[in-house]
Amino acid sequence: MKLNERSLAFYATCDSPADNAGFLYKRGERHTAYHRRWFVLKGNMLFYFEERESREPVGVIVLEGCTVELCDSAEEFTFAIRFGGAKSRTYVLAAESQAAMESWVKSLSRASFDYMRLVVRELEKQLEEMRWGPAGGCGGCQGSLSSWKPKPSGRTSSSEVGSTGAAVAESTSTFCQLHERYGREVAQLRQGWLQRRDPQL
Amino acid sequence: MGPWGLQRGGGRRGPARPPAEKAAEILMRLPKKGSVLKKRLVKLVVNFLFYFRTDEAEPIGALLLEHCRIAKEEENVFSISFIEEPERKYCFECDSEEQCREWIEALKRASYEFMRRSLIFYRNEIQKMTGKDPLEQFGISEEARFQLGTRKPESPGLG
Repeated sequence: MKLNERSLAFYATCDSPADNAGFLYKRGERHTAYHRRWFVLKGNMLFYFEERESREPVGVIVLEGCTVELCDSAEEFTFAIRFGGAKSRTYVLAAESQAAMESWVKSLSRASFDYMRLVVRELEKQLEEMRWGPAGGCGGCQGSLSSWKPKPSGRTSSSEVGSTGAAVAESTSTFCQLHERYGREVAQLRQGWLQRRDPQL
Repeated sequence: MGPWGLQRGGGRRGPARPPAEKAAEILMRLPKKGSVLKKRLVKLVVNFLFYFRTDEAEPIGALLLEHCRIAKEEENVFSISFIEEPERKYCFECDSEEQCREWIEALKRASYEFMRRSLIFYRNEIQKMTGKDPLEQFGISEEARFQLGTRKPESPGLG
């Protein structure tokens, strides 16, 4: 599956502030050794880099439809990002301290777009009720709020409300694939670049 | 209707509706030189736009909708480009102006950054009106990502 990788890499490394950043140990997929990587959380995307100074990430985990939980593990300060679905994948990470682990678990479990949307809708509702009273209040008034509200549309509004959960459930396997593919393609691109730079490789 | 992925929750929505926030068959052209318009099933899921060949269950590709610009082009056509490469445009030709407008609106609101700005705006409005922080009930009022003025302003016109 193609991805706009340059944009992804740009988003990961541009100077927009990260929501969390730090070193974490990531357990490998096939071998259970942990590798220390630099992790950057931006929005619902968890990027990881080989080094803090690396110019592009080696991988990304899209944080939709996942659960974040503490791990019962011999390793200290471990937690897992778990995806459901047929192609389910669990990412096991370890922090360097209790405080770091707690901070990451907190920020990762609230990082999803879905979570943000829930909060935004709740605040929208509160603001509506404050301005116009609870449902059935002042009618026919146009506030500045209207420009922020999703336009009601017979086709999309009900599907928006009802299908979000399933959309996320359906797409998490796609997101896992996305993660796999992105990591592989970045590695290939880098290999190609290294070879062109040093043909002896 | 093709099999658009696994049905979860036992047919909550019935077989006719694909499980995405917004989906449609739209003619799409990639920014590659010599690319032509091709009919694709385009699906908006959170801040990603997936695109499929119309008879396939697995997407051909996906666009992350962050730091992008959604623009109206000629009649029925809109484009998506990314701020680091503004001349590379993904073009989409809709069936009607109305469909075109709906997709532009939906895509502009589809970024995480847009969501965050909305949240900060509402938080501020409610705080001004009530003197109370509405994020306290969620336990997230201290999070850096929701503080006013900690983000660099985006250039005007970006989605």
